[in-house]
Amino acid sequence: MTGTLHTTIHSHWPDAAGKFGEFGGKFVPETLIPAITELENEYAVAKSDDTFLQAYDAYLRDYVGRPNPLTLADRLTERLGGAKIYLKREDLNHTGAHKINNVIGQLLLAQRMGKKRIIAETGAGQHGVATATVAAKFGMDCIVYMGEEDIERQKLNVFRMELLGAQVVPVTSGSRTLKDAINEAIRDWVTNVRDTFYCIGSVVGPHPYPMIVRDFQAVIGRETREQHLEKEGSLPNAVVACVGGGSNAMGMFYPFLADDSVELHGIEAGGRSDHIGDHAATLSYGTPGIMHGMLTYMLQNDDGQISHVHSVSAGLDYPGVGPEHAFLRDSERVVYSSVTDADALAAMSLLSETEGIIPALETAHAVAYAANLAPKMKPEQTMVICLSGRGDKDMETVHKLM
Amino acid sequence: MQNLQSYLKNKRTRNEKLLSVYLTSGFPDLQATLPLLHAIADGGADFIELGVPFSDPLADGTTIQAASQQAISAGATLGFSLDIAKQFSQKSDTPILLMGYANPFMHFGWDRLILHAKEAGVRGYIIPDLPPEESEDIAKQMQEAGQSLIFLASPNTSAERIALIEDLTTSFIYAVSVTGTTGAREAFPAETIAFLQRLRQQTKHPVLVGFGISGPQAAQKMAALSDGVIVGSAMLNRISACNDMPSACQAARDFAHEIKSNLLNNSEDERDGNR
Repeated sequence: MTGTLHTTIHSHWPDAAGKFGEFGGKFVPETLIPAITELENEYAVAKSDDTFLQAYDAYLRDYVGRPNPLTLADRLTERLGGAKIYLKREDLNHTGAHKINNVIGQLLLAQRMGKKRIIAETGAGQHGVATATVAAKFGMDCIVYMGEEDIERQKLNVFRMELLGAQVVPVTSGSRTLKDAINEAIRDWVTNVRDTFYCIGSVVGPHPYPMIVRDFQAVIGRETREQHLEKEGSLPNAVVACVGGGSNAMGMFYPFLADDSVELHGIEAGGRSDHIGDHAATLSYGTPGIMHGMLTYMLQNDDGQISHVHSVSAGLDYPGVGPEHAFLRDSERVVYSSVTDADALAAMSLLSETEGIIPALETAHAVAYAANLAPKMKPEQTMVICLSGRGDKDMETVHKLM
Repeated sequence: MQNLQSYLKNKRTRNEKLLSVYLTSGFPDLQATLPLLHAIADGGADFIELGVPFSDPLADGTTIQAASQQAISAGATLGFSLDIAKQFSQKSDTPILLMGYANPFMHFGWDRLILHAKEAGVRGYIIPDLPPEESEDIAKQMQEAGQSLIFLASPNTSAERIALIEDLTTSFIYAVSVTGTTGAREAFPAETIAFLQRLRQQTKHPVLVGFGISGPQAAQKMAALSDGVIVGSAMLNRISACNDMPSACQAARDFAHEIKSNLLNNSEDERDGNR
């Protein structure tokens, strides 16, 4: 069911220059050009190589545990009184979130390229844990850059990464969160470019990363589409996913892009308020700019300095967004909105109480939006929420807040 | 005003090794920048790269990261950098280039930047995260305004890419001495030498070596393999070590002078040797 990674192309973006319309591109120092060119070439070959595709499918099936179910949320549906709600259960993957889909793909590419030193950045720690996990399984060295502030928020994930044999490097520059961890990972990559593979955790960075990560995450949308067709005999009316960098959303949306009847909703972190610095809702409040190797929407001040951002969820606490999301926003194929910290926390309780599923704080943003949208829809309509991760990692944060 | 090409051509006919100094605008504070620029020029720098600070300098090591943060906190904006460049250019012939990341420039507006920079006497730009594939139109606009966009080449840059960079280059090529970030280094790997030899064979433009030049000795070593050097972090370290403005200016002037006079002696030795 997972099979055949790239036989279906759902959009002709990015173009040959790595652009999604005006967004994306390769805004990197010259030293990294050989590395991204090598990756682009390797991926072009790998994606039509049966051995590679079979290995990717086999790891997703036998190690990650795919396909994961599309669960009918009957009690939540009843409580909200509107559209019939399904949950795509990425929380049931090994390591508890969608991140591992991408890591399996990228580290298989690293293996093909003969690179044994893997670096990654992490915000909430989920991508770091997934990278440390797969690096352990593949026998690779793993170094994870993590902002000091996030290390404080996500102590348990730091311990998990260390237990998995990874080295976690605290990042003390800038805002000491995800964006700074990416800067530091890029600095390492520039320095050790010949033997190091940068396993980026979202649909961000220079081309070809936004495309590669999307393709490896598109398994989410492909499975959802098939499972929904099987259960309902039709496509869903609406699909909802949270957006930080936007990898779970991109993976979920991509196979539905050509299905005009399916409304796509991307939900960003509205934080404490709509003042700059109080949220991380890049597509709602940002402007185009260049950061981390890409041209995309970002939150910045009048002088083009990147803003500090806030979200209760470390995984959404990012001042940029994947360039394909920027493109989908401007082309109006996807509707982007934001949800506040408080509403996300309430949604975490709602899903826990009605369905017995504790979502990650990131995911709770999608649940909160869905809880508003569902009552406005008809009972014969259906909605899928991408349940991108489980909430265990957030218990300490939430315990303090509730 | 002479553009960078003719300025460099004159210097080159004299077979003089060049010194370019990088200074973060607004570091250590806003008042310091103009006097420091004059001090560096007095010390003998052939041109100055005025760094426009950015919040996320991903090609920089800790020295320039910290200087940028300090400058931003002090209130240094791109507008401030342009203003200082203008004041400096009214009094000095030493060319100014702007060095910075693409975002503050893009946010200011490329057209507007080129116009304001021209008024300020700025003769070129070094933008590490704007490689050839992303800068075609912008480079053309700059050229039309008599300004150069300087491209970088690294030890891992292929011959094909050097050929591309050579085609696009109007003034000089910025050779990155090592794969890595900026910051003073103790030593250079063997590949640096092979890279500089390879690069020089492929280009008719001057090659200036930057990243990691810690002082006069390193400068001399790299200049022997190129047309000159760029000193950044090492200069900022000297400035940081001073307690007040007069001593910072003195230190900057002395450091630039020390490196440049060493290069001049070296150029003479080389000429004598050639004779």
